[in-house]
Amino acid sequence: MISANASAPAAIPIINVCHVRTCFGAAVVHEDVSLSINDGEVFAIAGGNGSGKSVLMREMILLQQPTAGTIEIFGRNVQSLKDADVLALRRRCGVLFQHGALFSSLNVIDNVAVPLREHTKLSNRLIEEVALLKIAGTGFPMASVSKFPNELSGGMRRRAALARAMALDPELLFLDEPTSGLDPISAAAFDELIQQMREWFRLTIIIITHDLDSLWRIADRVAVLGNGKVLGIGSMMELSSSSDALIHEYFYGPRGRAAKEQAWSRR
Amino acid sequence: MIPAETSSAPQANRAARIGLADDGTIDCSGAWTLAHLGDIERQILALAKTRIDSGAINFHAGAIEAMDSVGAWLLQRTLSQWEHRGYRVRLSGLSQDFAMLMQTTARSRSQADQAPPPVRTGGLERIGQLVCAHALHIQSGLAFIGETAATFLGLLTRAQRFRWRVLLHNLQIDGLNALPIIGLLSFLMGVVIAYQGAEQLSTFGANIFIVDLVGISLLREIAPLIAAILVAGRSGSAYAAQIGTMTVTEELDALRSLGISPMSLLVIPRAVALVIALPLLSVYADAVGVFGGMLIAWTQLGVTFTEFLNRFEYAIVLRHYLIGISKTPVFAMIIALVGCYQGFRVSGGVDSVGRHTTISVVQAIFLVIVTDAFFSILFSWWEI
Repeated sequence: MISANASAPAAIPIINVCHVRTCFGAAVVHEDVSLSINDGEVFAIAGGNGSGKSVLMREMILLQQPTAGTIEIFGRNVQSLKDADVLALRRRCGVLFQHGALFSSLNVIDNVAVPLREHTKLSNRLIEEVALLKIAGTGFPMASVSKFPNELSGGMRRRAALARAMALDPELLFLDEPTSGLDPISAAAFDELIQQMREWFRLTIIIITHDLDSLWRIADRVAVLGNGKVLGIGSMMELSSSSDALIHEYFYGPRGRAAKEQAWSRR
Repeated sequence: MIPAETSSAPQANRAARIGLADDGTIDCSGAWTLAHLGDIERQILALAKTRIDSGAINFHAGAIEAMDSVGAWLLQRTLSQWEHRGYRVRLSGLSQDFAMLMQTTARSRSQADQAPPPVRTGGLERIGQLVCAHALHIQSGLAFIGETAATFLGLLTRAQRFRWRVLLHNLQIDGLNALPIIGLLSFLMGVVIAYQGAEQLSTFGANIFIVDLVGISLLREIAPLIAAILVAGRSGSAYAAQIGTMTVTEELDALRSLGISPMSLLVIPRAVALVIALPLLSVYADAVGVFGGMLIAWTQLGVTFTEFLNRFEYAIVLRHYLIGISKTPVFAMIIALVGCYQGFRVSGGVDSVGRHTTISVVQAIFLVIVTDAFFSILFSWWEI
């Protein structure tokens, strides 16, 4: 396991979320959320259902506008970007959606090739080779590369989607609940894969998850959202000694304790 | 990407380059990243054409400023191409980071090679597959009709099980709400037929026969057909899309697991609703269409409404009207069954919903017209 200190060389913030407030009608999702994510770290956003984790991610990847506050990525305020800059930013971000969001009319190779065909002028042959490489890099079973998304299992779909997210060699990788709905073995394997990806490609990874095992295993720092705020932010060790009642409940509920013990026994 | 790019625009001076240097080594330089690859593929091809006399080639990669996995793969592929042609290849000057990236790529590559080559099917095999698919299709279509009939008969004995609310809802959506569009189109059909007839008839001075022309063609053929085609487009497609989406979202499975038969909830009420609605729509289309013809007869041929209606009563035998109406329950059955059947055939993803919705409309209209032709033959045999 990579420890927090060894893996974050210098704390250069890549994403800065400042006093973000988000409302849907009368419902307030984020009251005041501020956090910063450093270059090269695996940053997890945790929190209960409906705590606005996914909404926060959608705001970071420019799919949604916060009601107030600013989000800076690579030092630029994303709300004031021009269309061309938005496109450039999108090319530097890979996103793995919760259920993969693979295009159902395309097979796995073509799914991964979509961003390459759209954004590069490479030859068809090279695109196919690169797509195969990316797919192989995720540990996707190569016998199934010509299958369509509805013929794949949940774990395979997730890997194929990860290959598509990695197609343009992004610097930032957003993962929305990458292990939800996977069995413990597949989930552990997927955590391993994320670790590898990060080492190989020097990624900064933002991961949204409820999975306490994943949090212990791969996250350098974790932000816990709740009541529209950031309840706590820090390494899992720091958070697990937090005095906040909600965080305590989150980490020391029956499942939280089990995950912690497991993580300790592995060290 | 190593190192992080700060600007999105590819700068010309950073473009990836590969070429033969004066000392016989192959020089690689620039940023080997997606944004700067430019025409590197062409350069590699051009390089492959040059002859190098010595048996060993040194690739010098010290001037590579940045590299991503596509760049790593390109360099790797180039190296192995030269190796393949019998040269001893040496790579020097590559920075540690990029070497690691190349290793990663090589690892992935060895796995990617296990991908099976795409399966190509021959023409004969494809024909065979198509025939089998269609045979199965016909079989499952018949099975669907049988299942629907069995469910319907089962419901006859237990009327309290029948979904009256769903029926009424569908009657409103598929019958009442279709009135404006069907009214407008059959009115226009009446106008068109009367216009076309008016020119011919007036040359013979047979103006009053416009009534026969409009009356018989509309009541017997055009109005039921227009109503059926519109309903197929409006309701048949909706059935396929609704049921198909429910299949994709596992709602049908949820219904089954809750002990609710999708047949009795989704198919039977829709089929019954259409069998009731389409004859009524057809009568409405008759009336509006004849009115359209009447207007043109009056303005173009000077046949007044009174004359028109008097002649109508005398010339149009009741059986034309009845024949037209009698066909519509059959049309309705076809449309509802095809729509629902295609909905149930949806499997897998969302694109399947779209495909089956299209198929349902095409098949329903096709079958309606074919059935209409059969009816014509049948009625001429019976001489009615």
